[in-house]
Amino acid sequence: MGRSFTGSLDRREPLFAMDKPKLSMYWASSCGGCEIALVNLHEKILDVDGHFEFFFCPCLLDTKRADVEALPDGGLAIAFFNGAIRTAENREMARLMRAKSQLLIAFGACACMGSIPALSNLHSRQAHLRTNYLDSPSLDNPSGTLPALGSAMAEGELELPEFLETVQSLAQVVPVDYSIPGCPPEPHQIWNVVEAVIRGATLPPRGSVLGAGVSSVCGECGREKSDKRIPGFHRTFEIRPDPRTCLLEQGLVCMGIATRDGCGALCPQVNMPCAGCYGPPEGVLDQGAKMISALGSVLDLGDYRGATAEQVAGKADAAMGGLPDPAGVLYRYSLSGAAVRSDLP
Amino acid sequence: MKRISINPITRLEGHGKIDIFLDEEGNVANAYFQVPELRGFEQFCIGRQAEDMPSITSRICGVCPEAHHLASVKALDQLFAAEPPPAAKKIRELLYMAFFVTDHTTHFYALGGPDFIVGPDAPPAGRNILGVVRTVGLEVGKAVIECRARNHRVIQTLGGRGIHPTAGLPGGWSKSVSAPERAEIEEAARRNVDFALFSLGVFEKAVWGNPVYREMLESDVYCHRTYSMGTVDLSNRLNLYDGQIRVVDPDGVEFARFPASEYLEHIAEHVEPWTYLKFPFLKKAGWKGFEEGAASGVYTATPLARMNASSGMATPRAQCEFEKFYAAFGGRKPVHHRLATHWARLIELLYAAERMLLLATDPELTSPDVRAPVGRISGSGVGSVEAPRGTLIHHYEADEKGLLRRVNLIAGTTNNHAAIAMSIAKAAKCLIRAGRVVEEGLLNRIEMAFRLYDPCLSCATHSLPGSMPLEVRIRDHVGVAVRTLRREG
Repeated sequence: MGRSFTGSLDRREPLFAMDKPKLSMYWASSCGGCEIALVNLHEKILDVDGHFEFFFCPCLLDTKRADVEALPDGGLAIAFFNGAIRTAENREMARLMRAKSQLLIAFGACACMGSIPALSNLHSRQAHLRTNYLDSPSLDNPSGTLPALGSAMAEGELELPEFLETVQSLAQVVPVDYSIPGCPPEPHQIWNVVEAVIRGATLPPRGSVLGAGVSSVCGECGREKSDKRIPGFHRTFEIRPDPRTCLLEQGLVCMGIATRDGCGALCPQVNMPCAGCYGPPEGVLDQGAKMISALGSVLDLGDYRGATAEQVAGKADAAMGGLPDPAGVLYRYSLSGAAVRSDLP
Repeated sequence: MKRISINPITRLEGHGKIDIFLDEEGNVANAYFQVPELRGFEQFCIGRQAEDMPSITSRICGVCPEAHHLASVKALDQLFAAEPPPAAKKIRELLYMAFFVTDHTTHFYALGGPDFIVGPDAPPAGRNILGVVRTVGLEVGKAVIECRARNHRVIQTLGGRGIHPTAGLPGGWSKSVSAPERAEIEEAARRNVDFALFSLGVFEKAVWGNPVYREMLESDVYCHRTYSMGTVDLSNRLNLYDGQIRVVDPDGVEFARFPASEYLEHIAEHVEPWTYLKFPFLKKAGWKGFEEGAASGVYTATPLARMNASSGMATPRAQCEFEKFYAAFGGRKPVHHRLATHWARLIELLYAAERMLLLATDPELTSPDVRAPVGRISGSGVGSVEAPRGTLIHHYEADEKGLLRRVNLIAGTTNNHAAIAMSIAKAAKCLIRAGRVVEEGLLNRIEMAFRLYDPCLSCATHSLPGSMPLEVRIRDHVGVAVRTLRREG
């Protein structure tokens, strides 16, 4: 995420000149949770309003795309861009926001890594259409009608857009200056970033991750680790974990060790495993691969001296029975950039 | 009707679209509301571990993740044959009531309310939450912010996270409630009751008390006689978390009453080629197109529909407001004046606050027994709740490993798709006569026709919740676009 900035901001110029700098927030293929996270700054949202002109945010303001297009390049001081790139319109908007923004920030897990929308990359577009319009149990569609790019109605032509074959992150489409991870980013972390900008603090090098740490969720998790090894993994409904000890060492597939810190280890505090929404820690490219390596380290297959390769493989399969969907668990938030793909029909 | 096949991308628009066609006299021949996005949870959830669905489907909508989390976990209870202990059910409903308070508050003050509090014809730059604060004063603005803040704290305490909760498990909840947590939630609930009463006062004074708005509320422009759907308890009183789904006909006579698990006998979905979003309808009445009346299967599932489909409210102050509401419309029930949905939403806000207080003071709430063992890992399950925007149904089927092989979702807003399209067409027909175009006023008054539904297209297929990017195209009788009004995303 955010490693490919090639923008050309002239650092001799003040970042924000004269008028209140313009702040924008745009959503592509997203759920709107990032907007709610921003609104959950609560009373601090009034401070944001005091320092910035909140210019464009379809969720909350009536400003139009044409108003953004009318700005000079770089006319927006900061744009938070949330959501994945699912449609060509998302891609057009990514290019527009890039051109108009001094700082384009990938905001939230979808813009950073594809997140949940990118689970779609495990399936073909045809499968989506078939399931939604031809093969759902509540359908009443005897003629097999599918949404069409153009429909000639009695009164005239109606058009529909098409969606792209795969879901991409923002940085896969345009250069990105910074990334703020999380699904959604925690409000106190959003504030840390906004407050630093207001204060005029020197921002880290372009391409950095903001609003998060550099280590892993384990570092901020209060559960005790004892480097214990385990014979296999459990699913969340199978065990009631002890509230004090490491969830991974109790056999739950907790992604904390392969996930960047910054959230405060919220999920483990309510006895649920980390699902990885803050993305990989600093220096790790592939979150799923990192987690597979961690699972390998914690797994103890017992004494397999003298066993055949098949017997060892059988033991490993049994141990992995608690993880029947590795792609959907280990890459739940990072599939857009992952090497894992599928050509399912 | 000619159909053109889907082919690789030519040009995409991610907007909610409305196309209005004019006849030779310049009157409206027809208007179309299009939802131009498909997100595809029903496909990409196939192969996922069933127990992960409460977290995955929360990401359908960041505005109402709690609704998806709970409909999902209720579907899992059935799929895994695990009956949650009483405390777990109470924790779930308590979280849900806190969520309803914050969600309905957000709609009234930030999304729908600006049309009334700032005014439907006010400049667009002022028609937002900041304009509301300027109009009603900073103190009210702060009260709104505090209300949202305390309820998101409650959601985080109970569900683990303020947005996208994580604590739902088949057969229960991952965390019990401590005594200090309970006390803090009780205090929040008390303040919510006061805030709800205050908000009803704002509505009565600023909207119902204003002759211009009152005329709009009672006008035929925003009126449709359709079926109404909602979830009710054993006494047919409105319930947001659990019960049976009840449907009344346009005259208020019971048409159907069924558990969510039987939804396929009652609801079917129609497909049109010009929109990605399907059109649910009542199977026993049938799909007759975009028509009102008892012969057409079109129904609504909104705060107004829920009140129409119920005999009353289960809490005393909300019941009092319920009676006041129907009396204001001359004792008629059901009420079909769709702008009254804003009022119904505030009565639900009060109900949610009162119900939250009741649950927060329940001695069983702090029981440590919040999880039941699962009885199986394969099979099917259906779960439903009333989402703020309508009845929400999750239906899963899992294989012998507990991996999903089929997922069907009917989201709150989807129920209202046909009705939203009809409301937009009717508003357009009433507002555009003989080719005269009311520019900004037209745009906003058409927006008001869908905004009253609080549509969440994020939930519906995925587009955009709340106030979505919108394009209104007006075409002449030969189909040439004579004017395009856009509010893009």
